[in-house]
Amino acid sequence: MLSYALRRLLGAVPTIFVIITIAFFLMRVAPGGPFDQERTLEPQVMANLQAAFGLDLPLWQQYLRYLGNLATGDLGPSFVYRDFSVQQLLGAGLPISVQLGVSALVLALILGGTLGVIAALRQNSPVDYLVIAVATFGITVPNFVVAPVLSLVFGVWLSVLPAGGWQDFSLAHMALPVITLALPQVAVIARLIRGAMLEALRSDHVRTARAYGLPLTMVVGVHALRAASLPVLSYLGPAAAALLTGSVVVETIFGIPGIGRYFVQGALNRDYTLVMGTVVIVAVFVVIFNLLVDLLYAAVDPRVRYG
Amino acid sequence: MRRTARLTMTALVALALGAAAHAEAATYYRGSSGDPETLDTHKTSTVVEAHILRDLLEGLVINDAKGGIAPGVATSWEVSDDGLTYMFHLRDDAKWSDDSPVTAGDFVYSLRRIMNPETGAKYANILYPIKNAEAINKGDMALDSLGVEAVDDQTLQITLEAPTPYFVELLTHQTSLPVHPPSVEKFGNAFVQPGNFVSNGPYKLVSFTPNDKLVMEKNPSFHDADSVAIDRIEYLPFEERATCLRRFEAGEVHSCQEVPREQLASIKTRLGDQLHVAPFLGTYYYAVNGAHAPFDDVRVRQALSMAVDREFLAEEIFSGSMLPAYSLVPPGVSNYVEDQPELAYAHDSMLDREDEAIRLLGEAGFGPDNPLKLEISYNTAEDHRNTATAIAEMWRPLGVEVTFNQRDLSAHYAMLRDDKSHQIARAGWIGDYADPQNFLFLNQSDNPGFNYGAYDNPEYDELMGKAAMETDLDKRAALLAQAEGLFLRDVPQIPLLYYSSTSLVSPKLKGWEDNVRNVHPTRFMSIDD
Repeated sequence: MLSYALRRLLGAVPTIFVIITIAFFLMRVAPGGPFDQERTLEPQVMANLQAAFGLDLPLWQQYLRYLGNLATGDLGPSFVYRDFSVQQLLGAGLPISVQLGVSALVLALILGGTLGVIAALRQNSPVDYLVIAVATFGITVPNFVVAPVLSLVFGVWLSVLPAGGWQDFSLAHMALPVITLALPQVAVIARLIRGAMLEALRSDHVRTARAYGLPLTMVVGVHALRAASLPVLSYLGPAAAALLTGSVVVETIFGIPGIGRYFVQGALNRDYTLVMGTVVIVAVFVVIFNLLVDLLYAAVDPRVRYG
Repeated sequence: MRRTARLTMTALVALALGAAAHAEAATYYRGSSGDPETLDTHKTSTVVEAHILRDLLEGLVINDAKGGIAPGVATSWEVSDDGLTYMFHLRDDAKWSDDSPVTAGDFVYSLRRIMNPETGAKYANILYPIKNAEAINKGDMALDSLGVEAVDDQTLQITLEAPTPYFVELLTHQTSLPVHPPSVEKFGNAFVQPGNFVSNGPYKLVSFTPNDKLVMEKNPSFHDADSVAIDRIEYLPFEERATCLRRFEAGEVHSCQEVPREQLASIKTRLGDQLHVAPFLGTYYYAVNGAHAPFDDVRVRQALSMAVDREFLAEEIFSGSMLPAYSLVPPGVSNYVEDQPELAYAHDSMLDREDEAIRLLGEAGFGPDNPLKLEISYNTAEDHRNTATAIAEMWRPLGVEVTFNQRDLSAHYAMLRDDKSHQIARAGWIGDYADPQNFLFLNQSDNPGFNYGAYDNPEYDELMGKAAMETDLDKRAALLAQAEGLFLRDVPQIPLLYYSSTSLVSPKLKGWEDNVRNVHPTRFMSIDD
C-alpha cells in the first residue's frame, strides 16, 4: 500500500511538470502583460519595470528561471501585489480556503448522505420526490445567485449574520459561505447516494444479509452504504480539490481572503507568477485527492487491492 | 493537534482582548474599490492607493477635506519669478511614527528614489517637470543631479525644467509622498510590510491581508494628532460594488467608494442622501484612429461625434452617474478659462445634428449605397458593452455598420499602445491633477502612449509647447483653450461623458465633503455612533 502510494506520487511529478509547462506558455500567449492598464506607461518606465521583474529576458530563459526557482520552493514575486511574494499570498489565503472547503465538504457529506439514504429507502414516495426536487434545485441554481440572496436575507434583512467579511475562527462569518459552497455538493451527493443505494439494496450481498435476519440499520448502515459510497468517493476526489482551493464567486461576494480569487484576478491582471502559483497548488491538490480516493477505495471495497 | 488547540486558544484570547481594546475607539470601516497593489509611494499608481496613502503619509502639501490644496509638511513656499525654483519651508514638529523628525533630506531621498530606474516606478513620469528627472529615469544621468536639494533640515529647494503652474497641485499626488529612508535602507522592498512601515501621516499601518482588509491606527507622533478624531480605520476591498452596498445596508461599513450603477435609481430611493453623486475629474471618450482611412477625414469623425446622443448615454446607460460631455477637459479644473470650449453643436437638437451628420458623411462619400463599416473596440465591462451597443444604434441612421471587438483590460490597452489596430476604441482618463494640461497632453503627437486618435497637428503641439513655457496663468489658460478648440474642431477622440463619483456615506460618518477630486482624507472626518 505504502509503496503503491509512493509510486503514484512519483508518477505525478511528470504530470505536474507538464501542467506547469503548458500553463506557463499559455499564459504568455494572452495579449498584454502585467503592466498594461488603463493608463499606458512611458516606454522607459515600462522598460524599467520589465527589467525589475526579469520580463526582458527571452521567454525560454524566463521559463528555466521559473523552474529553477520552483525547485527551491520559490514561487516568485507577485507582479500586481508588488509588496508580496506569491508564497505570502497563497500562504495567507490557503488555510482559509481549506477551512471553508473542509467545512462545506463535511456538511455536504452528512446532509447529502442522509438525504440520499432516506430517499433510497422510500423510493417513489413523497419524501423521495422532495429530495430529488431539492437536489435538482441545488444543482441548477448557481452560487452567484445563492450567495447574494443569502447575504441579503440573513445579513441585510434579518441582520442575524454578517453580510460579508472574514474573521478568523468566527462561525458567524463562516456560516453563509459554507452553506453556499455546500449546497450544490449536497445535491450531487444526495443523488449519487440515492442511485447507488437503490442498486446496493438489490444486490446479492445485501439480500443475503437480510436473509440472515440482520437488523435493518446494520444492513443499510454497513453493508449497503459501504457499497453505495463508492461512486461518491470517485466524485469526491476532484470535488474536494476544487472546494479546498477556493471559489472565486463565494470569495468575491462574501469578501473572503481565500485563494480562489487569485486564479481569476491573476489571469485578468496577467500576474504570471500568481497564476502559476495557483496552478501548481490546484494540480498538487488534484493529484493528492485522487490518490487519497484510490486508497480509500481499497479500504472500503474489499474487491480492490493494491500491491 | 495540541499545538493547534493552543494556537487557537491564543488567537481567541487575542481576539477577545483586541475586541475589548477597540470597543471604545472609533473605527471607520471604509469600503474601497479593491486592494492596493503596493504601499510603496514610488510604485503606486491607483486611486485606491491614493486614498490609503493619504491617510498614512503626509507630503509637502496635502488635500484638505474639500479637495483644495493646503500646507502639509511644508508650512509655506515661495516661487521664483521665472517659475523655475520652489523653496519649501518645512514645519519643525513633523515626525515619523518612530518619533524621528521629518527633514528636507527625506524628501530628497524620496524623489531620487522614484526617479531611480531600478525602482521600477510606474508613475515616475508624473514628476518629470523636476529638473533632470526624465534623464535620470532613463538612466542617462546620475541620481544626485536631480533638481531637488536640502538647503537645511527645514528648507527644501526644487528646481524645475520649465515653469509648471500646476507643480504644487502635482505634489498632492501620492507619488510625492515621502518614504522613511532608514527603513528603506534596512528592509529594502519589504519596508512597506506591517511592522516595518514607518509613516509620517495621521495614521500608521497595523496590518494588511489582501482581499481581506488593511488596518491602520492613529499615529500619536503626528504633529496634528490632537485633531484626528477617528482612532482606527479598516479599509475593506470590494471588487464587487454590490457587495459593498449590501454590507453598507447591513451597517457593516460606513462608506463605499463606488456603487453598482445599474442599481442607482433604486439606491436613490432606498438610501436617499446617503448616496453622494458628484462631478469627478475624468472624461470617457472614443478614440478615432486617424492614421487610417476613412477616419483621417475630419468630416467622418465629426459626423460620428454629432450623432451620439450623450444625454441618453448619461441618463439611460449610466443611470445618471455620468454627465454628458462636449469637451475633453471636464468642468471644475483649475488654471483654465471661464468659458471652457465645447463642441459647436453642444446645444443643437439631436434631429438637426443627425441631419448634419448624414450630410457630412455623404460629402465624405458614404451613404446608403456605400455604408461606412467600422469596428468599435472596448475592454470587457457591462457598461462599456452597453455604451458601444447604444452608440452603434445611434449611428445606424447614418448608414454606419458596426462590429464589435471586446478584449479584457490588459489586452485592450496593450493593443492601443502597440498594434494600434483599432478603428474606434473606448478609453477614459481620470486627471492626476486638476489642470487642463493633464487632459490636453493626451493628444500631443509625441505622446504615442495615449494619443489613441493618432492626432498629429503641429499647430496643436505648438500651442501646448507655448503653454508649457508661459508663466502668466491667464495667458497660459488662453493658449490651452485655443488648443482644446483645435481638438474639438478635429475630434481625434470623441468626448462622450464626464465621470462622476458615486459614494455611499453613512449618516454616522461626519465631515465627508463631496469634491471634484474625490479625495476624502480620514483625518478630517469623525464617527458619530
